[in-house]
Order: sequence, then structure tokens, then C-alpha cells
Amino acid sequence: MTLGTNVMKNETILKVEHLSMRFGGLMAIDDFSFDAKRGDITALIGPNGAGKTTVFNCITGFYKPTMGMITLTQRDGDQYLLERLRDFEITKVAKVSRTFQNIRLFSGLTVLENLLVAQHNALMKASGYTVLGLLGLPAYTKASAAAIDKAKYWLDKANLTERADDPAGDLPYGAQRRLEIARAMCTGPELLCLDEPAAGLNPRESAALNTLLHSIRDDGASILLIEHDMSVVMEISDHVVVLEYGQKISDGTPDHVKNDPKVIAAYLGVEDDEVEQIEEQLDEGRI
Amino acid sequence: MAQSPATENSGLMAQAVKEALVAAAISFGLFVLYVGIETYQDINNALVWRTRWGLLAIFVVIAAVSRFVVVGFIKPHLDKRKRDKAKAGIPEVSDGKTFFQRNFLKLALVGLLIYPPLSVMLAGTQGSLKYVDNFGIQILIYVMLAWGLNIVVGLAGLLDLGYVAFYAVGAYSYALLSQQFGLSFWVLLPLSGILAAFWGIILGFPVLRLRGDYLAIVTLAFGEIIRLVLINWTDVTRGTFGISGIPKASFFGIWSFDVGADNNFTKAWGLSMSSAYYKIFLFYLILALCMLTAYVTIKLRRMPIGRAWEALREDEIACRSLGINTVTTKLTAFAIGAMIGGFAGAFFATRQGFVSPESFVFLESAVILAIVVLGGMGSLTGIAIAAIVMVGGTEVLREMEFLKHVFGPDFTPELYRMLLFGLAMVVVMVFKPRGFVGSREPTAFLKERKAVSGSFTKEGHG
Repeated sequence: MTLGTNVMKNETILKVEHLSMRFGGLMAIDDFSFDAKRGDITALIGPNGAGKTTVFNCITGFYKPTMGMITLTQRDGDQYLLERLRDFEITKVAKVSRTFQNIRLFSGLTVLENLLVAQHNALMKASGYTVLGLLGLPAYTKASAAAIDKAKYWLDKANLTERADDPAGDLPYGAQRRLEIARAMCTGPELLCLDEPAAGLNPRESAALNTLLHSIRDDGASILLIEHDMSVVMEISDHVVVLEYGQKISDGTPDHVKNDPKVIAAYLGVEDDEVEQIEEQLDEGRI
Repeated sequence: MAQSPATENSGLMAQAVKEALVAAAISFGLFVLYVGIETYQDINNALVWRTRWGLLAIFVVIAAVSRFVVVGFIKPHLDKRKRDKAKAGIPEVSDGKTFFQRNFLKLALVGLLIYPPLSVMLAGTQGSLKYVDNFGIQILIYVMLAWGLNIVVGLAGLLDLGYVAFYAVGAYSYALLSQQFGLSFWVLLPLSGILAAFWGIILGFPVLRLRGDYLAIVTLAFGEIIRLVLINWTDVTRGTFGISGIPKASFFGIWSFDVGADNNFTKAWGLSMSSAYYKIFLFYLILALCMLTAYVTIKLRRMPIGRAWEALREDEIACRSLGINTVTTKLTAFAIGAMIGGFAGAFFATRQGFVSPESFVFLESAVILAIVVLGGMGSLTGIAIAAIVMVGGTEVLREMEFLKHVFGPDFTPELYRMLLFGLAMVVVMVFKPRGFVGSREPTAFLKERKAVSGSFTKEGHG
């Protein structure tokens, strides 16, 4: 689990090529391509309605893209075309896991149980698809103890050990966010996709989240995240991709993106002197 | 709190009287046609009517008096107790458990094991029939069915309104195969379960992509289809006549319960001829089947598949995002629930010695589902209690001869069982919206096992 951070950096883990998604007459994503590098935190940003979540849903299999190719390269060199896999296979086989913009926890299960459900596939195999487990063979007992250890590891990382036996629905909002991330990590992903992880968090919770994300990256998983909160994006990400109206308008390091005039125009608004220019153009009736 | 206690009290009484009058008016309006007027046929077969003002008055007075008592005395008392508790800072749920609460399950099991000999001792061999058969076996069949449905509805959150179809498949499997091929109960019991599970999977494949209301409607339709096939496929099932003369189960092939057989149980043990021994044997058999169901349910809940069922009930999309194949997970829940229904069906057939489509109507599905909901979805104890209350309650109604003295000689109390069923459901749902046992036991824990309150768990939507 503790692979060195820089061992395989700069190797592409996720390659999205010519991705398009059409909903009826609406082109939500139009010929969108980007790469995410292994060991990086890649951020996907853009104004409301730019199509960020649609890209996410395409990558994680909740939508089937109209066009395009999404290639995932695993650490051992195996490659998967995500658009051809079913949604649960993307987590099970290709090892990409995700969280949701509106938290989707199993609120009636305890925090620990949430993390055990995430290890379903490993435990299923260990229990001989339930048959051997029903007989109480030691292999399954050992596997379930290992699963609890793994859950403990992530509880500790997410700072939730104290609440392990409480129902997930009883946690405060920030803790629920961290639990959802810990749960996604319990599936043992190579790429973790986070949909607005900092939404609705107060500054302190936000700081705790940043620590968690950094420690996940240091553990060897790559992160792809959607974020609205620019301060979070600029602080933690290594690579930023900017999306507007379903098209990529900028791609690079946070500093590069921050100073890209296209991004400033699209995301932060148009600068003052440009406003004058546009007004002039308006007067001349060119727009 | 500015009022003095005296004025507060008289205000309360005035309100109680007012509400009692309203209740009386409402119950008068409700019952004036149903109870106040009765139609009957006279000597010329003409339909005429007469009034029953006395009975109507009893109904109205009961409504008024109970409303008065509730508003005037019970509610203030409960409020006061709640206020006192809040003042004293005692939490609503006390942690201390009595001996009875801690050992409830063990005591219940022991009670069930000694129930048949006890009823023989108290009521005699022949007299015990009623208690062992009508109460014991009848209730335990429903306990088993409800526990089976609990896997589908309570754990996996799939609303199945056609559960009785699998019960029918099990019953007819046993009835037909035992008559056609002469196979014994012990061969056919597992086979009936497997056939029912097979039908569960066949149904599951097309149906489980539906969710919520749609799933409920399709399962309802499936239940009806099975029943209509049983009625109309007369060559095989003999239609509405049903199949009679279904062989009895034997004591693992060692002793038979057939009267003419050489190895007859009563002969072998030198007992007097009575069907009570067979019923007692059946009682232990269904008890064993129930225990098997409970064991499997408890075991499976702690396995990954059981956790996946509960996760599915909580949030299906999150399940898929964690790499869980929701289709196979739903199918296993459906198949295992159906298998238990099939076991219960085979037992039902051998107990009755007769099966007909009459036994597998939609009402049965509804009753089983009502037991699951009343007991608290997912809770085995709660469901068992609900089955005892519901099924036992309707049996008790048959025994209430004294009601005839109150309501007249042609009053048949068991006709009112559905009314009471509905009433009980309304009452339980008002006071315990999550059923008798609304909380769930976690399947794994680090430090302490805390019950999860029902307010966090979901009912499922698929």
C-alpha cells in the first residue's frame, strides 16, 4: 500500500480521448481530451453546468459516452477501456472508485460496516462466494479479520475511529465526506474520483480533507477531483483541467491555469479593461 | 404555566368532553348504516331491514368514553411522565436489562421445545391437537414464511407482493412429485426449496431491473399468474379441486405415521392411536425449519452477501460505485427468500395432506408482508412476535365463544379478523412506525455493539 510517491510519476494512469456525451439535442461534452498522471492530484474545474459531473459519470460508468475512448493503465501495465465496462466492473476490475456530490453513505449501517461493504468483492472471493464462509472455514475468518484491519487503517486516516460503531447517518457532514472517501479507498482503487469533496465544508473540515487527500496520494493512489472551491484546487492539485460548455479551455499546472486569460474570462469573469473593449464593440454593433 | 392547576384541570375536562362528543358524532356517522341498520331475509325470501339502535348506542358510547379517557386521563399522564423524565435528565432508553430481556431468545426457544408435551399434559393427547396444530404449527409456518420474506423485503429492500407464489411452488412440487413418483418427504423437501429458488431466479431476471412500485406490481402479477396456472392447468394440477391424499412425512424413514403401515409410530412405541403424535412431530419439524431459517439469516447477515443486501437497501447507486454487482446480489436475495418459501410450502402440503389454489391467494402474500412490516423489517424477533400476535390472534378469535353472548348467536368473531388485522396495523404504525423492533443490530463492531436506531435505516426502493 505504501508505494513511493515518485516511483512511477509522470506515467499516464487515465487517458481520456475525444470524449463526447450527447443528451438528446444537448452536447454536454464535446470532444474533450485530457491525461491524468499516476501519483498526481488532477483537478477538473469549470463553471456551473460546464459538464464536469458528466465527465465523471462517463469515467465511472454511470453514463455510456456517445463517443470517445477512456483508457486506464494499471500499475502492472494492464489496460482497460472504461467505456466498455459496466459501472460496477469499473470499480471491481479496473480499480477506479468514486464518491458523490451529494453524499451517498449507507446511513443505516455503522461506519465500520460501510467500510466492510466496500471490501465486498475481496471478501466474497475469500468466503468462496458465501458457500465456504457458511461452513466457517478458517480462510474466511482470516479474510474478515484482514478486512477489519483495513477498515481500521482507513478509519484512523479519516480520523473516524471514535465513531466506528455509530450509524453513518449520525455523523456530522464533514465526517460523512471523509467516511465516503475512506469507503472508496477500501475498494483498493488505483484512481480515486472525488466529486466536489469540499462542498459544504467549513475551513477546519476543509483542512482535514486536504490532509486526508495528501495522505491518500502518498499511499500511491492517484486522485481525480471536481471542485468549485478555487482555494482548495490551487492548494492541493498538481494538475488542473478547465472545462467550459463541455469543452476544454485550459490544461496545466495550477499557476499556469490561474494566469490563463481564457480561464479568467470564463471562470472568474472578464477583466475591467476588457469590459471597455467589449462595450466598444457593442456600440459599433459588431456583437 | 400561568394558570392554576385547578383551572388547568377543568379546562382539560371541558376539552375531553368536547372531544368525546366529536368522537361520538363521528362514530355515529360511521356506524349508523353499518351497525344501526341490518338487512335480512324474511320467510318469503324478501330482503327487509330492521334497526339495531341498542348495538349502535354501544358502539357510540364506547367511542365517546374511550376518547374521553384518552384525552382526559391517559394523555396528560403520559405527558407528565415525559416531562418528569426530561427534567430528571433520564434518557428515554434505559441501559439496564432485566434477566428476562437478556435471555429472551433462550427462554423463548425452551418454551417452544416444551410446548407440545406441556399441552399434552394439560389438555390430554386429543385435546392437545388444537394447541399444537392450530396455534403452534400454524403460527410457525407464518414465522418461517415471514422470515423468508424478510430476506427479500427487510434486508435487500425489494418489495415483493407475490411471495405466496414461491410457497405455492413448494407445496405443489411436493404434492405432485410425491404422488407421481412416490418420493419421500425428505427427498422432496430440499427439492421443493430448490425448485422455488429456481422460479425465484426465473422471475428475478426480467423483474429486478425494475424498482419500487414497478417491482411491487410485477411481483404481484407473478403471484397471480402462478395461481391462475394452478387453477387452469387441470391436467396436472386438477384445477380448483386441488390435490388430495398427499403422503405424510415419516420420521426420517424409520417410523411412518400412516395408520396401516407396519412401522407405525404409535404401534412401535405402544401408544394409543392418535393423530396428535403426528402433529407433535410436525411441530418439531417446522420448529427445526424455522431455526434453520433463522440460522441462515443470521449467518448470511454477517457474510459479505448479507451486508451487500443491506447496503442495497440503503443505497443501490453507492453499491454499484463500490463494485458490487447489484443484479446478482438481488437475485441471491430473491432466490434464498424463494427457497425458504418453498420449504414452507412443502411442509404445508404434507401437513394439510391437501393443496388447492385457494390457499395461495394474494391475501396470503399481504398477510405475510404485514407480519414483516409490523415486526420491524430485518428483525427476526420482532417478526416472530408479529406472527404470534397476528396469526395467534385470529386463532384466539375463534375461541371467543363468550362474544356470542354479547353480540348475539349469529356473531362469528373470526369474520372480524381482517378488521382487527387492519386495526392492529394502524395502531402499531402510529406508535411504532418501524415495527415492534425498529432498530437493527450491526453485523460487526470494534468496541461495542450499539443497535442502530430505525430512524437511520431506509426501507429500500427497489
